[in-house]
Parts: sequence; structure tokens; C-alpha cells
Amino acid sequence: MSEQTESTTPSSLSAVAAARADKKVAGTSPLGTGLEARGVHAWFSKHHALADVSLDFSAGTVTALIGPSGCGKSTFIRTLNRMHEFIPDTSMAGQVLLDGKDVYEPGIDVTKIRLQIGMVFQKPNPFPSMTIGENVLSGLKLAQIKTANPDELMEECLTRAGLWAEVKDRLGAHAGGLSGGQQQRLCIARALAVKPKVLLMDEPCSALDPGSTLRIEETISELSKSMTVVIVTHNMQQAARVSDYTAFFLSDGGPGQMIEVGPTNEIFSRPRDKRTENYVTGRFG
Amino acid sequence: MSTSTVKPTKPWAATPRDRAMMATSVGLAALSTFLIVAGTPLKGKLAYFFVFFIAWLAIDSFFVFSKAGIKGVRNGLAEKLTFLGALIVMMAVASILWSVISRGMAGLNFAYFTETMRNASIFDPIGMGGIAHAIVGTLLLIAISIIISVPMGILTALYLTEIKGKASKFIEFLIQAMAGVPSVVAGLFIYAAIILNTPLRPSAFLGGLALTILMVPTVTRTAQEVLNLVPQDLREAGLAMGATQWKTVALVVVPAARSGLITAVILGVARIAGETAPLLFTVGTFDAFNFNPFVGQNSALPVIVWGGLNGGAAESIQRAWSAILVLLIVVLIIFTAARIFSKRAMKK
Amino acid sequence: MSVDAPTKVIPPAREITTKPRVSDQIFRGIVSTFSFSALVILALIALFLFIQGFSALKAQGFNFITSFEWNVFVDESGKEVASFGLQAMLVGTVVISIIALIIAVPLAVLTALYLTFYAPTRIKNILVTVIDLMAAFPSILYGLWGYFVLMPMAIYWAQLVNKWLGWIYIFDVPEPIFSRSPFIAGIVLSVMIIPIVTSVSREVFSQTPLERVQAAYALGATKWGMIRAVVLPFGANGVVGGSMLGLGRAFGETVAVFSVLNIVYRTNFQVLYTQGGNVASHIIQRFGEAGATEMSALIAAGLVLFLLTLIVNFFANAVVTKTVKSGR
Repeated sequence: MSEQTESTTPSSLSAVAAARADKKVAGTSPLGTGLEARGVHAWFSKHHALADVSLDFSAGTVTALIGPSGCGKSTFIRTLNRMHEFIPDTSMAGQVLLDGKDVYEPGIDVTKIRLQIGMVFQKPNPFPSMTIGENVLSGLKLAQIKTANPDELMEECLTRAGLWAEVKDRLGAHAGGLSGGQQQRLCIARALAVKPKVLLMDEPCSALDPGSTLRIEETISELSKSMTVVIVTHNMQQAARVSDYTAFFLSDGGPGQMIEVGPTNEIFSRPRDKRTENYVTGRFG
Repeated sequence: MSTSTVKPTKPWAATPRDRAMMATSVGLAALSTFLIVAGTPLKGKLAYFFVFFIAWLAIDSFFVFSKAGIKGVRNGLAEKLTFLGALIVMMAVASILWSVISRGMAGLNFAYFTETMRNASIFDPIGMGGIAHAIVGTLLLIAISIIISVPMGILTALYLTEIKGKASKFIEFLIQAMAGVPSVVAGLFIYAAIILNTPLRPSAFLGGLALTILMVPTVTRTAQEVLNLVPQDLREAGLAMGATQWKTVALVVVPAARSGLITAVILGVARIAGETAPLLFTVGTFDAFNFNPFVGQNSALPVIVWGGLNGGAAESIQRAWSAILVLLIVVLIIFTAARIFSKRAMKK
Repeated sequence: MSVDAPTKVIPPAREITTKPRVSDQIFRGIVSTFSFSALVILALIALFLFIQGFSALKAQGFNFITSFEWNVFVDESGKEVASFGLQAMLVGTVVISIIALIIAVPLAVLTALYLTFYAPTRIKNILVTVIDLMAAFPSILYGLWGYFVLMPMAIYWAQLVNKWLGWIYIFDVPEPIFSRSPFIAGIVLSVMIIPIVTSVSREVFSQTPLERVQAAYALGATKWGMIRAVVLPFGANGVVGGSMLGLGRAFGETVAVFSVLNIVYRTNFQVLYTQGGNVASHIIQRFGEAGATEMSALIAAGLVLFLLTLIVNFFANAVVTKTVKSGR
């Protein structure tokens, strides 16, 4: 949906990505070994929507998932935090390993998984019946986690989300009064409060203005120092700006598949697959 | 390109281990229920029921706690409590249906449906006299109500959906207000307005008038809903062909909504078929057939039930149960008819 | 492109006039007239109840609402003495309606939650049909069932409550007669209003915005956690509105209450004891033998009931519409 106003030649995109790769400090490996998807399939009733996706998200990296609409990117990330199963009559196959352990293991407490793999949605969805402060801490309340110092945690999360300065004087105000960009940053702060290892972002900026988008992209870069980020985006400039790795998804009428994955500047400058090249040069999608 | 040899699975579904744990907790709960009830002065089916439930809640919470902690326990409790709520409601309905069927059946026989009470009293043994006159009375009441409230209801709905005048919000408000009128007030009104001020005396006609007040809001609201479901394209097609509005409405919109409008009428009838209170003021009682709705008191099924209940004797009470069984069957038939027609309306 | 673009003049909008054809005017006329018949009917109800009830209202004045007596007799000098005050019955109406709400609302909310979030589809469809059917049961059926089936059990429960909680005033009884009490009438009423409260609650719960539901789950909430954080705040208004609709229905209930309640003209807060009443069943009880004076009073009572239910239903509908429309 986001109109591409800059030129979209692969060289300019890869230049952006290369610049980012230079800027990225070699991250000290944070929590765990990251997230890995092995042979993930997804079905909606009988419809095979996603086939055989294997991706390894290293700890401390940002991976962008790009591709035209309807090729399974959103479905894929929802299998990562076990949100896919909320849709009636769905099924899956394959494994999703967090720190080496399959999150789909029978008998596992799925709510604990979702604490470790957080999600930010396309449309900002703060809880309107709660204040800004209550929103940030809502994840803790829902999980019955006690903190010694809730105010400190609130300030930390809102700062990391880039929202503290704007709301610090009105933490008791209702969340519905914020602008779209502010609400989305609030949702990010809310997701951070439960200290996830992975943050999944499903087109988080597509409903926002460019100013908010930029703020959030800055946040993503900061966040990647302490967690793994996976972001679905339609905006290739965004992918080039924020991600270390990019995976290209495509559906040829059948189930969506992951065509190619690699370091971002390579995907945009020297894609191995012809279909990837067609997409990043704007020939379709 | 991908070969589909992979099978879809649902790893989140209940595993055999989950089911085993469930069965164990149910079994343990049943066991402890028997022990508790045997050892304490609690008695009765309901005692078993509640003790079992509490025991099951407690035992299951142990299992859940080990898997998911305190929030899992709360989750499990909530789930079981909602189930309990629904179960209690269903038990009440089942009790009502069971009591009507089991107690009402005894009084039914051929005479019951064909004779009137002209030569019998409600205290006579079953087999003497019947409710044929009440069935006729109820049918008369329904017919009169339909004749008056269907045009009123549908035309009001047409105003709201087709004309959409400035008074629409006000009219909707009025219909809602009318829907809240208690049935006793409707009967009292007809009494106060007509019986006290005109030479007219209780009759099926006056009862029909009282029931109309209760029926119109139901008909109007349902008709409004189904008329709104008719796609705007149909109306535009009619108008684009040069038809006047009333022709479009009469020849295009109403036929398109036909099933739904029939549903509206049926639901209205279901609303009034079992009403008792208004009839006590406006229809009176009568022991024989009265086919004239305008002159003379009449009988009706709900009034038979009322009379039998207040009679107090075993025979009259038996008649009451049988009459309410008949009335319930009538209401059930009407209700099922409404569902069938509304499904047809939805299919369009 | 010219350097000096000529200034464009925007013409005023043309007035579009359509004169409807005569047949349409007639059509609109007929439809409008019939629609206003609703207004006419309601006005007539208020009017005639007022006219016929006027003599009683005039004689009693404001006491009609506040005084506790209801009797009419002829004294030694042959003069008719009448004293009509509705308060005992008004209080009785409120008492049994509140008991009904206390029982019905939790059950209805639990049932609505079960149907919306827990029940498998087939069971849900069956249960929804059953609840709709329940709404169609005639009131006299609840009266019969209440008296013959429910009452024996309810008397036992009342005895239990009296035994363990009898030190509280409302659970105490002047003598151990527990049949036909406000408690039992309240239970019967609650079963009657459960369908409407459940339906409205269910509708509101099912409209909970999906994005908020997902937000809660993504934060690691359990189903109950999600319901508490999202569904209940969202649906609170609707539940209140539905409860008020149920309250309106309970206020006007006649034959069911009459069957299971011993109508005695005294204000009674001891709900387990066999004494109570509500305005509607009081009217039914006195109607058969009422002389002209008392009849006027009964009709005035009907007017009071009419206005009362009008007000409750007005607020109920306002609350329900607000929830459904604003989606908040």
C-alpha cells in the first residue's frame, strides 16, 4: 500500500542496505540461539497456504520478509508465535525452535511461548479501557508476573519504544487519545515489557505516516541489539533500511513458499533467483 | 514443485495424555462425591451435582497448576464456570419441558380435542369435556390480531426502510416503547377504553385488539430487519426502469422479502399465542364454542390453563397441564415455522 | 499553460426538485399514517388509563404512590371509604425483580461467554436455538412449572438459607412458612428473563474487535485473561442494557408471579417468607371483585406500571443502542 517515491533500482536499495550493514555493530550475542523454522507448512481447512518454509533467525538480527500480497508472509509469522491456531480449523506441520526447543511440543504452556515471542500488529491495538501506563504493564498483569519496580519498567519500555518524552506527563490518560504512530509505539512498549527474546512485526508501519514510520524504524534498529526481530513489510526501502537479512516469499497460485533468503544488500543487488530479481526491480508486486 | 507428502497436524489439540488427565480428574471427582455425600447430611440430586462440580474443580485445578501455574488455574476455573452456567440454564429448560410432557400427556385423549366444557366442569374426571372451544377461541384471537397488526406492522416497517422520513428515529423509539408495554397493561387499556366507555362487552375481538398492541412491535422490528436486507440494487433497478416508488416497493421489494415478512408475522403470532393476562380483562371465559368474535365472551387455551390452575383440584390441575402441553406444542410449531421461513429468507 | 489563468466561476448548485407522482404521494401518505398509529396507540393507552384512573388519583393524591394501604369499605354511615396506596406493591415489584436479576445476570453472562468463546459449533447452535425457544414459552407455563416443580425444591433451599443465614434480617422469617415467597417468585422470574439477557450479552461479546483479542493473546494471555482484559470491558454496557431489558420484562410479569407468590398487601423484605406481591399480579387479584371505586384505582395502578416500564425500557434501549453503535 505504501507508494514508493524513491527510485527502486536494486543498486540504490542495496546501497542503503550496505550502509546499514556497515553501521551495525557486531552484536554481543544476547539471549539464546535465536529462532529457527524448519519445514513449516500451514493450512486453512483444506487450503494449503504455506509450504516448507525453513528459516534461521540468528539472535540479535533483524530479518525482513518481503513479497507480494497473499503469499503467506503473515501466515508464516503467525506460526512462529502460535497465533495461527486461533483461526478455526487450521493446521500446520514442521517445527519452530526457540533456543533449540520446539514451541509446538505437546504439553508445552503456549502462553509462555507467547511471552518469549512477542508480536506487534499492522493496526495499532492498545487496550482502550486502560490508561497508557496500564497498557504498558498489561502483559505482566495478564501473565501474573510480578515486578519489583513497575514505574521503572514502564519508563524503560516507553523510552526504548521512543514514546517516553511524549507521554511521561500523562501516563494516566486513556490510550485512545494518542495518534496512530504513538499508539503503535505504545504497542511496541507493551510488547517489550514482558522481555521477549523475539519480536515479530506484521507490517507495523503500513498504517502510519512517514514521520512515525521513521521513528519506529529507529526503534527497530535499537531493539535488535538485545533481541531478534522479524518484520513483514511491503516497503522495500524499509526492508533495506532496517534489516540485516531479507527473505523473499512468493506464491505461484499454490501455497506460499520462501524463495530466497540472504543478507539484505545481496538480495537487493545480486539476487540468486530470477523471481526475486523481478520483484525487487519492481517488475511485479 | 513441492510434493505434498507432509500431513497437516494440530499440535495444539488435546493429546491422549490430556484426555487421560481429564478422565482421571473426573473419576476422582465422582469418587469423592460419593464419599462426601455418604458422609454428610446433604441429600438430593442437586447435592450430588454441586458436590461433584466443586470436587472436579478442585482436583482439576491441581493438574492444571502443575502445567500452567496460577493463571492456568484461573483459566480452567473460568472455563468450567461458564460451562456450569450454561448447564444450569439447560437444566431449567429441560425440567420445564419434561414436566409439561410427562404431566400433560396423561390428560390427553380424543375427547379432549373434540369436546367443549359445555356439559362438564373442570372438576370432573378426565375424559369428560375438552378444550375444542378454547382451540377455536385461540385461533380467532390469532386471526384478529394478524388482520390488524400485520398491515400496521409492515407499513410501519416500510416507512422506516423505504421512506426513511425525518420521523424515523421517533417512530423507532415508539416501537421500542410499545414493545415494552406489559401484557396486563394492554388488557387493562382495552378494558378502560372500550368496556368502560362503550356498550361493547368482552369478546374475542377485544382480546384481539389487546394482543395487537403486543404483536405490532415484533412484526415491525422483524419486518424492518428483513426489508433492510433487500439489496439496494433491486430498488434502484426498479426506479431506473421508471417505476414509481410504490410500484417498486409493491412489486420488487416486498416480494423479495417475502420469506422474511412471513417470518415476521409468525414471530408475532408466537409472541401472543400464549398470553394470558390481557385475555382476563377482555375476553372473559366461555364453556362452549363461540364462533362470533364480536359478540359474547370466548375461551382461549391460556385461560383454560389459568382456570385449571386456580381451581386447585387434582382434575382441574390435570386439565391445566394438558392444556399447556397443547399450547406449548402450538408455540413450538409456530417457532419451527418461523425458523424455516427465516432460513429461506437468509438463503436469498 | 497560460500565465494568467482566467479565474473560474463556480456556479451555485442547481436545486433538484422532484414532485412525486400522485400515486406515490398517496403511498407515502398511507404508510406515514399507519406508522404514526404507534404514537396514537401509546398516547391512547396513557390517556384512557389516566382518564379512568383519574378519580382514584384525585382522591388519593400523591399518597397513591406512597401510602401502604389498599382497602375500600363502607362505614357505619353507609359512606364508602377508600384508601389506595401502591407502595407495598411497588416495593414488592422491585424486590422480586432484583432477586431475579441477581440470579439471572451471572447465569446469562456465563452462558453467553460459554456460547461465544468455548462451545463447539454444533453445541452452540443447539443451545442458541433452545434459548430462543425459551423466550417463546408462555408465561403461564412458568407459573405452572414454578408452582408444581420448582417450589418444592426452592422451599428446601429457602430452609437451608434460613438455617444458616437467618441471623440476617432479609433471610429471617416470622414463622417457618416458605412456600410462595418473593424468593421463589424471583427464581421463576430469573428463568424468564435469562433468554433476553443472554441474547443481548452474546451479541455484544461476539462483536468484540478482533484486533484487541489478538493483542491480548499475543501478550501471552490465557483465554480467561483475554476475556477479562478485552471482552468484559467492551461488553459491560451491553450486559447492563440487556439486564435492564430483562428488568423491564420482570416488572410487568403477571400470571407467573401470581402463581408462585402469596399476594398479601404488606411491604415485605423478608424474602423467604410467604408474603409479597407486584403491581401486575395485584391488579389481577383484585380485578374480579372490584367495585367502581376500586376499579378506578386498579386502572391508575396500571398507569403507574405503564409509566414505570416505559422509563426502564427507554434507558435500557439507550444503553444497548449506544454499545452496539459505537463499538466501544
